[in-house]
Amino acid sequence: MEPPIPLAAQPARVRLAIVQMKPEKGRYSANLATAARAFGEIGERPADLVVLPEAAFTGYFLEGAVYDLALPAPRFAADLARTWRDACGDAPVDLVSGFFENADGTYYNSAVYLHVEAGEHRIVHVHRKMFLPTYGVFDEERFLSRGRRLGVFETRFGKTALLICEDSWHALVPSLAAVKGARIVIVPSASPGRGIEHEGELSSIARWREMLRLIASEHGVFVIYAGLTGFEGGKGMTGSSCVVDPRGEILVFAPAAEACIVRAELDLREIDLARASLPLVGDLEAVLSDLLLDEDLPLPKGRGLVPDR
Amino acid sequence: MFPIVEAPRPANAPPGIDPAVTAQWLTWFLRDEIVVRRRIARAVVGLSGGVDSAVTAFLCARALGPENVFAIRMPYATSSRASLDDAQAVVDALQIHCRTIEITAAVEGYLQFEPDADARRRGNVMARTRMVVLFDQSAKLDALPVGTGNKTERLLGYFTWHADDTPPVNPIGDLFKTQVWALARYLGVPQALIEKAPTADLEANQTDEGDLGITYERADAILDQLLLGYSDAQLVERGFAPEDVALIRRRVDGTHWKRHLPTTAMVSNTAINEFYLRPVDF
Repeated sequence: MEPPIPLAAQPARVRLAIVQMKPEKGRYSANLATAARAFGEIGERPADLVVLPEAAFTGYFLEGAVYDLALPAPRFAADLARTWRDACGDAPVDLVSGFFENADGTYYNSAVYLHVEAGEHRIVHVHRKMFLPTYGVFDEERFLSRGRRLGVFETRFGKTALLICEDSWHALVPSLAAVKGARIVIVPSASPGRGIEHEGELSSIARWREMLRLIASEHGVFVIYAGLTGFEGGKGMTGSSCVVDPRGEILVFAPAAEACIVRAELDLREIDLARASLPLVGDLEAVLSDLLLDEDLPLPKGRGLVPDR
Repeated sequence: MFPIVEAPRPANAPPGIDPAVTAQWLTWFLRDEIVVRRRIARAVVGLSGGVDSAVTAFLCARALGPENVFAIRMPYATSSRASLDDAQAVVDALQIHCRTIEITAAVEGYLQFEPDADARRRGNVMARTRMVVLFDQSAKLDALPVGTGNKTERLLGYFTWHADDTPPVNPIGDLFKTQVWALARYLGVPQALIEKAPTADLEANQTDEGDLGITYERADAILDQLLLGYSDAQLVERGFAPEDVALIRRRVDGTHWKRHLPTTAMVSNTAINEFYLRPVDF
């Protein structure tokens, strides 16, 4: 038998690090310094991809202070890249982090995917959170605008999607990301913990774990979840950063309440193997048009994709 | 014959807790809010001899170390001896600091001019005097006052406004009374405090359940479902007594003001907490 044909010129493995940040509220520079220390530790054992949570450098609940702290994506990307280079020199890396974005006076809860190499950096993609929780303890849409596009973009590890927190709570969103080709789904998140009735852990942590496993196993994708940690005015962010493989198995799961660095090695060949045994993405591709062209769905007719501004 | 597999009817019991998860979460809360954010190492807790302040003291001892917890017993002339002894049992169990400061002279210093004050007014003066003491001790000891009000009494308005609710952090304010009891059992709070009838101890032979006209067990079960949005009719349909539902609804609806800061007249586009919005930890 001949050896298997190599898939592409992609690396077969991704050395991943997640920085489970515990930011000081509103202290952007101090939080960059914290990230620099984390990057320094990561740099001792090379990493290809480093992921940080939603609102990693400001804290999540900002109310009106979001307008003081939001930055243009290029400025935030430059700060993040410089922080990496100061800590790790010229080591090439892909960086992902949540931040509040000021796009010419329109404000978003965004995440950037950034490639850093040889003294330069390049923004690969900016995702603007589409589902802004505005109920109960959440108040995002009072202060922020909705992203309008689910981007799936090429990286050196294959097609990737960024979903910020509630984006991933709607089964349709990761499904569409997978149909659009995503093989890795990265979820920067800030989840205030709640639910003490059930045994063993907060209900909100259990719910996330269940959901991330379903996303990974249904679509045969790696799911990388980076959770913010620390209390913000009595509301405790639940950390629990984790990596789920394309069969839905958890590779690593961080504790809830401490800042830490999570490390895992992702074998990208697992994606095709998982999809071979459970080809649900392929099945969905075949049926998707029948589902979406259903006239009973509340969709405007003839509307194309709305690009981000 | 097909066997029948039937869904159980709702239990109408108060919500339970995993006490280990809860204790851990609240310990993290106290560390983050007191030590990390406010950079204060110590806590001061008014120890009444009841289960709420006992649980708070136990949590503070876990979070900050017993050497950093300062209990203050603040008896009034009519306070029961048992309350003092029960508070002492907590101090002995935890090996925390303790000081007893009588509030009788301070309370009487004012009430001598108000000889006709009824029990409610006298109770409020005592509760507010205790906060004067607690906050002054906090300044003296460089320690943060930690609150001890539970969710049941907060919802029923069964507390003195700008007294029991004043401390800047409160680990148990989102726990119903029955959940506080469950947590107390897990933490090892002395049994006598868990088993005795809860009382504000502002008058002789006073009990909370006597004052409220309902047991905590029933109140918590109703409150839990009421907060989820069930109407009174639905609560009765689900098996609660109409008079209990009415009592709870009346108390909750009549006390929303007690769970807010004072109402301020808005005259600008920058009114604080209306337009100018900054989180408490900013």
